[in-house]
Amino acid sequence: MKGVRHYPGFLAMTIGCLVVLYAPLIVVTVYSFNGSTSITQWGGFSWRWYADVFTGPEAPRFAAAAWNSLTIAVLAATAATAIATAAAVAMVRGGRFRGKSATFALINLPLMVPEIVTAVATLIFFSAIGLTTGYLTILIAHVTFCIPFAYLPIAARLEGIESSYEQAARDLYATRAQAFRLILLPLMAPGIISGFLLAFIISLDDFIITNFVKGAGMETLPTAIFGSVKQGIKPNIMAISTMMLAVSVLFVTLSYFINRSGQKTRA
Amino acid sequence: MNAPTVDIRNAVKRYGTVTALHGVSLSIADNEFFTLLGPSGCGKTTLLRMIAGFEDVTEGEILLFGKDIARLEPNHRPVNTVFQHYALFPHMSVIDNVAFGLKMKGMALAERRARAGKMLEMVHLSAFADRLPAQLSGGQQQRVALARALAPDPKVLLLDEPLSALDLKLRQAMRVELKQLQEETGITFIFVTHDQEEALTMSDRIAVMSAGHVQQVGSPRDIYEAPVNRFVADFIGETNLVPVTVEAVADGRATVLLPGGHRMSCAADAGIGPGAHHLSVRPERMNLGTTGDLEAVVERVVYLGTDLQLHTHLDGGQPLHVRLQNSARADLPAPGARVALQIEEGAARLLVD
Repeated sequence: MKGVRHYPGFLAMTIGCLVVLYAPLIVVTVYSFNGSTSITQWGGFSWRWYADVFTGPEAPRFAAAAWNSLTIAVLAATAATAIATAAAVAMVRGGRFRGKSATFALINLPLMVPEIVTAVATLIFFSAIGLTTGYLTILIAHVTFCIPFAYLPIAARLEGIESSYEQAARDLYATRAQAFRLILLPLMAPGIISGFLLAFIISLDDFIITNFVKGAGMETLPTAIFGSVKQGIKPNIMAISTMMLAVSVLFVTLSYFINRSGQKTRA
Repeated sequence: MNAPTVDIRNAVKRYGTVTALHGVSLSIADNEFFTLLGPSGCGKTTLLRMIAGFEDVTEGEILLFGKDIARLEPNHRPVNTVFQHYALFPHMSVIDNVAFGLKMKGMALAERRARAGKMLEMVHLSAFADRLPAQLSGGQQQRVALARALAPDPKVLLLDEPLSALDLKLRQAMRVELKQLQEETGITFIFVTHDQEEALTMSDRIAVMSAGHVQQVGSPRDIYEAPVNRFVADFIGETNLVPVTVEAVADGRATVLLPGGHRMSCAADAGIGPGAHHLSVRPERMNLGTTGDLEAVVERVVYLGTDLQLHTHLDGGQPLHVRLQNSARADLPAPGARVALQIEEGAARLLVD
């Protein structure tokens, strides 16, 4: 059989897709090093816009937003990972129980519901129970939509672990808790780390839901960028975007390699 | 006789509406190498997992030295298991794997490392103590699994098809080693397999299982020489199953009409009455004769190295296989020849269906 490379139109299709997906990113990355104030005309290589992000007039605003984004991402990813781990153990190891498919749908619902609907519903919910929008409401919303992203790699990993390991541990006088802590958790670790990193990235770059539930005066990096862009695009935005892109690529790559190394040691 | 080490009383296992075990009762003695043998799906592994505590017992009792353990958690049962694919903890070194059970039982570090070291010595793997399981060959992993299960000094060792993942040569060597290990340690082994040769070579006693029932319990010789029914005769070894009509039974002997019209006399157990039955004759228990009991036509001669197999049929077409030792005989019949077959005394068994 011929490989996919020999299918008619393969090359054109591939180039088309790559251009649509990555050309904008490349443009942003390249122009973040632009020496001129124009966003379209090249004025030589320069770090000035990176310097501007950290020392320019908007620097305090970006720093506060970055700090919020970072702490929310760490907290939300941690909480979501813990919940997703518990959910994965119940779903994969819990045998058959009533409402199992309903539970699965519930866990993954945030992937299916349009984000704008979640955003509006969450805002209405918070105001209905009288919770003032701010840092806490952002955090709660982020934990919620991060769960399915953390759940997928963790459950996939757990499904690949034979239950005979836990049985062997129980057989060798370990209690349920010991078998989980000493055997299952270390074996699940690559999936858990991978799930955490994914949840972290998802939280870090969320805009729509955050924008609805953040309340006045509260900014995360994406909402701060959006606010800044509304007054016209300046090259410093490209510098911030490029840095966020770098962080995302780093985390996703890390997540991929951790998952893969875990698969290798499993045999 | 002493109380049995393991006494399974009327154990039933149901999954919803499906019954995997229909009231199995077995008594397993101290120091016994006991094998559960049967085709896949016969319930042998389910029974083993019920003894280990990985499956709930729907009904019945499992007594260990007279105490019912059927409802205890696996970690409260003084039995250990060697898993089919070993289930060695991949993130722990070999020595930590072997010491795991001792650690869980609360043994101090120095003591458990010494004992684990001794167990590794017993299975000739002392040099591999600090490796990870993935760095060992299949046969070595198998020994680690054995050492790990034996380290806490269990009353009973459960083995779930532990040799099935090894290649033939290694499997044959491990059979002898396992049997030796069992004799040296004096621990009761309950061994699950679908391989009848494995069962015959190692076991003190075998329980042949099929469709959730125990068909027969006995020594390898009993099972092979005196199968109680058609399933056991067919499952263990090779046999000729010939449909026959019992014409008369008197003084423990039956007059039997074979297809093709030949009549012969053979021993009949109680419970065999006149009517249709099956006659089981092992191929190696027949010989070429001159004025034999039976006449048959040779179809082909199959060369098997140590043996020769004659494919023959009786008048009327009933096939009959005969196994002869490959001696330097000159009188081998050619295909198409009519031969006389002699059945050794006691080798023909009438079976209940």
